[in-house]
Amino acid sequence: MASRRVLRFFLAGLLMAGAVARALPVTDDRGVVVSLAQPPQRIVSLLPSLTETVCALGQCQRLVGVDRYSNYPESVRSLAQVGGGLDPNIEAIAALKPDLVLMATSAPVIERLRSLGIKVMALEPKNHAEVRRALEKIAQLLELPDAPRVWGEIDAGVSAALQSLPRSVAGTRVYFEVNSAPYAAGEASFIGETLKRLGVENIVPAGLGPFPKLNPEFVVRANPDLIMVGDRNFAGLQGRPGWSGIRAIREGRVCIFSAEQSDVLVRPGPRMAEGARIMAQCLLGRAT
Amino acid sequence: MTPMRVRPRAPFLMGMGLLALSALLLLFGASVGSTGFDNVFRIGSDPLAWQIVLDIRLPRTVGAWSAGALLGLAGAVAQGLFRNPLADPYLLGSASGALLGVALALLLFGVSPLAAQWLVRIGLSGAAFAGAVGAVLLTLLLARGVQHTLRLLLAGVIVGVVLGAISSLIMLMVPEVMQTMQAFILGSTGFVGWSACAVMAAVWLLCMPLAWLLSPVLDGLSLGEATALSLGLPLPQVRALLIGVLALATGTAVAQTGMIAFVGLAAPHLVRSICRTTHGNLIWLASLMGGVLLMAADTMARGLLAPQELPVGVLTAVLGGGYLLWLMQRDTRISSGAGLP
Repeated sequence: MASRRVLRFFLAGLLMAGAVARALPVTDDRGVVVSLAQPPQRIVSLLPSLTETVCALGQCQRLVGVDRYSNYPESVRSLAQVGGGLDPNIEAIAALKPDLVLMATSAPVIERLRSLGIKVMALEPKNHAEVRRALEKIAQLLELPDAPRVWGEIDAGVSAALQSLPRSVAGTRVYFEVNSAPYAAGEASFIGETLKRLGVENIVPAGLGPFPKLNPEFVVRANPDLIMVGDRNFAGLQGRPGWSGIRAIREGRVCIFSAEQSDVLVRPGPRMAEGARIMAQCLLGRAT
Repeated sequence: MTPMRVRPRAPFLMGMGLLALSALLLLFGASVGSTGFDNVFRIGSDPLAWQIVLDIRLPRTVGAWSAGALLGLAGAVAQGLFRNPLADPYLLGSASGALLGVALALLLFGVSPLAAQWLVRIGLSGAAFAGAVGAVLLTLLLARGVQHTLRLLLAGVIVGVVLGAISSLIMLMVPEVMQTMQAFILGSTGFVGWSACAVMAAVWLLCMPLAWLLSPVLDGLSLGEATALSLGLPLPQVRALLIGVLALATGTAVAQTGMIAFVGLAAPHLVRSICRTTHGNLIWLASLMGGVLLMAADTMARGLLAPQELPVGVLTAVLGGGYLLWLMQRDTRISSGAGLP
């Protein structure tokens, strides 16, 4: 199936490129068609989730540079760092002679790299379907048949996390705080989608958008059974006006994630299954 | 204001000095970067070194100079036009307008793929420029023309605050655009290519002679509006033209490099602290000074933490602010505003 798709792209590429021997056009998140003469061997990734995706496809060795936030897997820490996704060091990227740069859709950076003749693939997955699509597109560019297998593993991992939970957890009303502003992970976000797969209820409905900024009163009124929050944002959470009466806080049902766990949870990439496991552990410990 | 004290050769010497400094900094800018100094020697043999020096370092150095020159020019025009030492190029709301332009563009980008296609063509800098010019037009509309300095200033403040609030609202509703906007607010010369340099140079070549031709009116204005009118100067038309120069220069610089703090405010002050002269000279010198300041800041932003880079806007704010404060402490004439021509 996948190999047939690759073949189709291959043939389409032949037709379009004419004289060029091989071309694998893939459309990125800007709607721009990216075509490479051959599978990239020197990749720079400016987004941690895309770094993890390349490595999940078993191609870590093709990465030559990453952004300063990419810290997984361990091997990427020894690669050249080329600044952040929004303030990358153009000179450092060019010096690595990449044949592909993977990054989010940040217009000024893309424009500058393009004018230097560097191929850019812009991908910014925001939900499960887009994570899958990003995985498939990167696999297509790398001419690998592994996308369905890797996605299958992620999907099975999320299902396994659900299996590990007792029935009593179902219907627990959860508030997942992304940022103490407070921004929440709503049902429409990839975090919300994972929570849904785990059978729990999100107090932030999809209509509010993926990561809405909430009025703290909204949380008090929704009165969640369980709160999930990173340790950087936990400080002062119990002391917010009126929050001491929230059921989750009254009964001590607050999961505080460490910085490493937060990295796993907030990146829409191949470690979503691990994220689901972390959330399941939290539910096992606090919601039963 | 007191022509007797102006030494005729001082501005010329200072201009030459600034040009020499620019040339020196250009050489410096071509050799400083995350991949080291030796690229310069390998230009001939190594195509990558060629690309790094000629397509990355030189355009961003020249671009920093042009953006600084535009801001310095705009700052000198603004301070002369409003007879206010605190006037800066962002006075008429161009900065918040540009920010709103970027926010709206990013919003459309997220909403429909059709808008994304359109945006790729126009680019964020196009949106920022349109926003900056639109904000100045809105200010002029609210102030009902260019005649009343106070009304213009107030309208500029209002437009700045309201458009800024709308941008904040967009950031709040659509948190995904927040990071890109943050990068824009910090200001960066890191992504300037030759095409951006060409745009800025063209605008500078248009604005600079125009402002210079109109500068006698600024000298007249410094004696007060009534005096300027009694001298028979065509005040309304010239004002409108100068505001056009201000909007165009600021909008172009902001669109290409984001919000660079303090250069527009500090450049004219620095020039005045070194030599006091007519507006005709001041405009040239402030523009050159702005170019030198931003070029130096850009080189430092690359070198200080290499291979990491600082956002150049942060650096200009700290350095420009610090230097201005020192100048103020040293020279009470400036702190009381009396040092103005």
